[in-house]
Amino acid sequence: MDKKYIVSPNPHIHANVSTTSIMRDVIIALCPAILVSVLAYGWAELLVLAVSVLSCVLLEWAVTRWMMKRPSTVGDLSAVVTGLLLAMNLPSAIPLWIVFIGAFVAICVAKLPFGGIGQNVFNPAITGRVFLLVSFPAQMTNWNPTPGFVALPDAISGATPLSALKEALKSGSTIPQFMEANGYDLASFLWDAGASAGEISAGALLLGFVYLLIRRVVKPWIPVAVLGTMAIISAIFSGINPEVYTGVQFNLLTGGAMLGALFMATDYVTSPMSTLGGVIYGIGIGVIAMMIRYFGSYPEGMSFAILLMNCTVPLLNMWFHQKKYGRA
Amino acid sequence: MGKLTFSMGGVHPHDSKFSRACAIEELPLPQTVYVSMAQHLGAPAKPLVAPGDKVVVGQVIAEPGGFISAFVHSPVSGTVKAVAPRKDLAGNPVMHVEIAVEGDEWDPAIDRSQDLVTAIPDDKAAILDKIKAAGVVGLGGATFPTHVKLSPPPGKVAECLILNGAECEPFLTSDFRIMVERPKEIVVGAAIMQKVLGGCPCVIGIEENKPEAIASMSAAVAELGYPGIQVQVLKKRYPQGGEKQLIDAVMHRQVKSGGLPIDVGAVVQNVATSLAVYEAVQKNKPLITNVLTITGDQIPVSQQHNYLFRIGIPLSYIVEHAGGIPDSAAKLISGGPMMGKAISNLDATTVKGSSSVLYLSEAATRRQPETNCIRCGKCADACPMGLEPFLLNRLYKVGDLDALEQNAAQDCIECGCCLYSCPAHIPLLDQIRQAKGQVMGVIRARAAAAKAAAEAAKAAAEAK
Repeated sequence: MDKKYIVSPNPHIHANVSTTSIMRDVIIALCPAILVSVLAYGWAELLVLAVSVLSCVLLEWAVTRWMMKRPSTVGDLSAVVTGLLLAMNLPSAIPLWIVFIGAFVAICVAKLPFGGIGQNVFNPAITGRVFLLVSFPAQMTNWNPTPGFVALPDAISGATPLSALKEALKSGSTIPQFMEANGYDLASFLWDAGASAGEISAGALLLGFVYLLIRRVVKPWIPVAVLGTMAIISAIFSGINPEVYTGVQFNLLTGGAMLGALFMATDYVTSPMSTLGGVIYGIGIGVIAMMIRYFGSYPEGMSFAILLMNCTVPLLNMWFHQKKYGRA
Repeated sequence: MGKLTFSMGGVHPHDSKFSRACAIEELPLPQTVYVSMAQHLGAPAKPLVAPGDKVVVGQVIAEPGGFISAFVHSPVSGTVKAVAPRKDLAGNPVMHVEIAVEGDEWDPAIDRSQDLVTAIPDDKAAILDKIKAAGVVGLGGATFPTHVKLSPPPGKVAECLILNGAECEPFLTSDFRIMVERPKEIVVGAAIMQKVLGGCPCVIGIEENKPEAIASMSAAVAELGYPGIQVQVLKKRYPQGGEKQLIDAVMHRQVKSGGLPIDVGAVVQNVATSLAVYEAVQKNKPLITNVLTITGDQIPVSQQHNYLFRIGIPLSYIVEHAGGIPDSAAKLISGGPMMGKAISNLDATTVKGSSSVLYLSEAATRRQPETNCIRCGKCADACPMGLEPFLLNRLYKVGDLDALEQNAAQDCIECGCCLYSCPAHIPLLDQIRQAKGQVMGVIRARAAAAKAAAEAAKAAAEAK
C-alpha cells in the first residue's frame, strides 16, 4: 500500500446530516409563513426580515471572529434562523434600529456569551423579542398594518386580536360583543389573523411544521403538549364562562401560539432531550401562556412561557431519561 | 406474522448491496497461506505443528488454548514454513502458522461431494464434539466458539433458536449469497442445532430487502420438512442483526444488562455458522472456508465479487486477484461500514470471521470536523440500547465513572448508530468505547474484590 489510506474506528459512513442541513430545513419550513406576512405587510415586512437576519449573521460573525477568536459559526445557518424568528415576532411598522437592538440581544446576550450554538440556556430570538417588548412597549405594540401586496380583510388597525380583546374586556364588553364589533370570523384566522409575521397565519406555520416532521427534524410531542394544554385549559374556562374567557379556536389561532409551539418551543438547544421531559415542558408552556392570557396584564404570554420553561430544561434533562434496553 | 423489528433506536442507512447479483466464486490458492491462531473470541489456539511438518487440508494444526477457544485446521496441503508472530489487520502481532502450498490434498475423512445429507445424528454429545473438533465459531462477527454457545449452562433451557440472516450491514452480501445458493445446507445445520438444544423451535430472521433469500430459504424449509423451523421476515433496519436486537425483534424479550441471551431462552446463530455446522457434522469438514464480499461505493459491479476463500489467504492476494485497489478508495474496511474495522495492514490474513473487503471513497467515509452539540437528541433516538450518547460523551469528558455506570455506558454494543446520525459529527462512539472500557474495568475489579472478600470470610469462618 503505497497510497495512504484512512484508518479510523467505526462507523465508516455517516447519515449526511449536519447542523447546517437541519437549519436549512427550518428555514424552508418558515418560508410559507414568511411569504404570507410579506404579501400582507409588503416592503416594510421585507425590510424588518432583512435587517433582522443580516444583523444576526453579521453580529455572530464579528463576535466569533474578533472577540472570541474562534472559527465563525455563521455557516451553520443558526444565526439566520434566529434572525427570521426574531423578525417574525415583530410588528412590520417597527423602526429598523429597534430590530437591530433585538438582534444584538439575541446574538450577543442570549447566544454567544453562553458559548454559541448548543450552549445557550434561553431561546435567543425570544430573549431578543422580550427585551424589546419591555424596553419599547409602544413600538412593539404598534400594529398599524403597513401597506401589503394584497389586501387584508381582517386587519384592524392598531392592535392584534389578542390585545384588542384585552382592552375590550377591561372596558367591560363581553367576548361575543367583541367578536361581533370587530367583524371577526374564527375560520379565517387559520390563514390570516392580522398580527406580526409569525402570528398572522397559523395555517402557513402548520404547513412548514409538517415539512419538518416529514424531514424528521423535529418530533411532534412538544407542540402537541403545548397546543393540547392550551386547548384543554381554554375549553374548561370558556365552558365555564364564554363571555370572559376565549375559546379553543381563538387561543390556538391567535398570537404566538402556533409560532411558539411549532418553532420556538421545539428549539433543540433549549428544550428537553427525552420525550417525557419534552411533554412536561410543553404542558408547562401551555399552562403559563394561558394563565398570562387570561389573568395577566399582557395580552400574550407565549414568549414568557417559553423563557420560563427554558429554565427548567436542565432539571428535566436530569430527571427524565430514555427507556433503556434490558433495564426495567 | 407481519414483518418484525426491534423496539428502540436504529438507523436506516442505504443498503448499498451492489454485489448481490455476484454468484459465489471459488478463489484460487496462493503460494503461501498464514493461519492466525487468534481467529475466535477467547484464548488464542496453541499451535501443534512445527516448521518442516507436512500437512493436508483439514488437518488440525492448533488446539484450543482455553475453555473459550477453538481448534484451527490447515486450509491447504503443503509444508509448514514457520510458526511465528505476524501482524494482523490492525498491525498487532499475532502467532501465525505459515504454510507453503503444495497441491490440494484433503484429509480423506472429509466428504467433498455435493450430496445433501439430511439425516440428523441422534447423539447430541457426538454432534457437539464434532462441532468443537471442526473449530466452528460464530460467523456473525463475534466469532464466539459455537459449541460453547450450544451448551447452555445447567438450569438454562433454550426456548428458541434464532438463525440470523438479517445481514443488516450495508454493502455485505456473503450471507445473502449463501442463503440463495446453499439454503438446504443452512436449514439442515439449523435442524442439527435444534437437536443439540433439545428440539426448541427455530426462527430464521431475514430482512425484507432480500426477497430472493426469503424465497429460497422458505422453499428449503418447506422441502426438507424439519419440524419447528420457520422463516420470519424482518424490517430493514440497522442493527437488526445485533444479537440483543434480533432477540427483541423475534421473541419480544430483552436480555438484561450483563446477562446472556440464554437467560431469556434465546440462542442466536448466524446463517453462515449454520452452514459451517452442517459441513462439520454431516461432511466432517472443519471450518476452513468462508464467503467474503469484495465491494465498495464507487467501483463497477464487474469488479465486485463474492468469493469462497480458504482461511489464511492474505487480503493482499484477494485484492490483487479482484483487480487491485480501485483508485477511488480512500479507506479499506474488513467488515461492514457500520461495525467493520479499517484495514491498516493489507498483508494481514483472512480469518474464520472475515466477511468483506470494502472500499469506501473519500466522500463516503471522511469524517467531518466536530462542531458544537446542538442537543438534537438524534444520537439517543438512534441508540438501539436506549442509551444517551450525548450524556455519556459529556460524562466521559469529565471522567465521572460512577455516573457513566449509572447511565449504562457498559451496555453499549458499539454499533455506531450515534456517530452515524450526529449532525455535529461528534465522535460519540470513540468516546463511549473508552468509557465502556473503563466502566467494565471498575465492574470487574469490584466483582473480584467481592469474591476475594467472600473467600476471606469463608476462610475465617472455617478457621474458627
